[in-house]
Amino acid sequence: MLEPFQYGFMVRGLEAGVIISLVAPLIGMFLVLRRYSLMADTLAHVALAGVAIGLWLGLNPMMTAIATATVSCVGIERLRTARRVYGESALALFLSGSLAVAVVLISLAHGFNVELFSFLFGSIVTVRHSDVVIILLLGTLVSAVILLLYKELVFISFDEEAAQVSGIPTKVINTILIILTGLTVSLAIPIVGVLLISALIVIPVLAALQLRVSFKHTILYAEAFSVFSVVAGILGSFYLDLSAGGTIVLVTLAIFLAVLLLK
Amino acid sequence: MRHVDHTKNIIELEHLSFAFADEEVLHDVSLNIHQGDYLGLIGPNGGGKTTLLKLTLGLLKPSAGTIRLFGQDRSAFRDWKKIGYVPQKVTNFDRSFPATVREVVGMGRYAQRGVFRVLTKEDYRLVETALDQVAMGRYGDRLIGDLSSGQQQRVFIARALASAPEVILLDEPTVGVDSKAQEEFYGLLHRLNSDLDLTLVLVSHDIDVVAQEATEIASLNRTLIYHGPPKELLAGNYLAKAYGKGLKFIWHGH
Repeated sequence: MLEPFQYGFMVRGLEAGVIISLVAPLIGMFLVLRRYSLMADTLAHVALAGVAIGLWLGLNPMMTAIATATVSCVGIERLRTARRVYGESALALFLSGSLAVAVVLISLAHGFNVELFSFLFGSIVTVRHSDVVIILLLGTLVSAVILLLYKELVFISFDEEAAQVSGIPTKVINTILIILTGLTVSLAIPIVGVLLISALIVIPVLAALQLRVSFKHTILYAEAFSVFSVVAGILGSFYLDLSAGGTIVLVTLAIFLAVLLLK
Repeated sequence: MRHVDHTKNIIELEHLSFAFADEEVLHDVSLNIHQGDYLGLIGPNGGGKTTLLKLTLGLLKPSAGTIRLFGQDRSAFRDWKKIGYVPQKVTNFDRSFPATVREVVGMGRYAQRGVFRVLTKEDYRLVETALDQVAMGRYGDRLIGDLSSGQQQRVFIARALASAPEVILLDEPTVGVDSKAQEEFYGLLHRLNSDLDLTLVLVSHDIDVVAQEATEIASLNRTLIYHGPPKELLAGNYLAKAYGKGLKFIWHGH
């Protein structure tokens, strides 16, 4: 039997995966409850354009993904609040637009197709030590901000108007949440890949919501489901020689179905 | 118990107008709400009741006129904990939202505690007190979505009470609540006003009950048609003005 921990890439993959699995539901909880589930998917496509820019310019693709996602977050939020377009169509605009940018850049610069494939579907083999460091630092930052703004985020998710009346700066906090989403999505790309990130952010939360427990306990269950999915998915993909990203998401789906059927 | 000065203005609205696009919803409304008042704000649908409430709370900006809260211009006012708000929630909130009654009422303490802080023991004590005040003390651990509409509405009152406000504004609080629960609900509002000396502003289309319960009535149909005690409202021709000819079907008399 192969021993997964004797491979450096497996250790790095698991480290990065566990950090991301802890951050994703923290963000996902607020996105799902605010009907922003598709925001994660949109930002994943934006981040893909960022990755393409990075590969094209020869920069660290994760950093360019973060930069592109953050700038787009602000753009999306502006479009939504200015009511120039419907909220949903702002997402569609950025989703298709950034995919177009990514595809054009890929066709411009041949030769990085293999690496790009790993960004689309995730591959723990491509996680470098520098990536783990970036993921740890930014993951800590995202979690810290979420925990510091926890009460405000809970109140806004439940009742935005009453939150505003009580003196909470709802606009600022909404923008912060979306920027944190962009960061989280960019961080998760090397592990689960662009196409499956939103699943990791959304599905463990959906499973936890089926349990009908308090807000705090819902987050804790989502965290547990998420960590279990990532570890089981990475180990499963190692032994069965499957795509890590796909396996992780299938584990989250299995948990969701199990909870749905048991409750 | 605080000293109630019935001549002290808590909310002062002067020459307030508001328009959505080209349609003027409110025109030149001036209204003072005094400490200890229990004001029923009535009027037909689309008459501007909810708009007036949202202007007062800063959720909308007036196209003309001034709003003063506790003597301060609204734009300079920061002491929002003095104002409790009970939105028209029973019909349009997410019943599957994962929050316990205690978590919902705790939200009433959030703004006091400030950003980056967690609730303290003192906050949780005030949450329990607020729950007891609305007779929901035994329901702290239940999910908000699992309660009846009447109980949910009481929880929203408790959330407003938890910030220890001086005035509570309620927007059509009894919509979707059955008649027995409504009766208890008005009993609760009466106690809050007379025992706790809270100033209440109640937006309602239910003239019957409001005329019975409130100490002051303001009748709104784009302009302020009447403001004064309920008795004179009934004696005068104000209701016909406010509601037009369909009135006799709405008004059952007392």
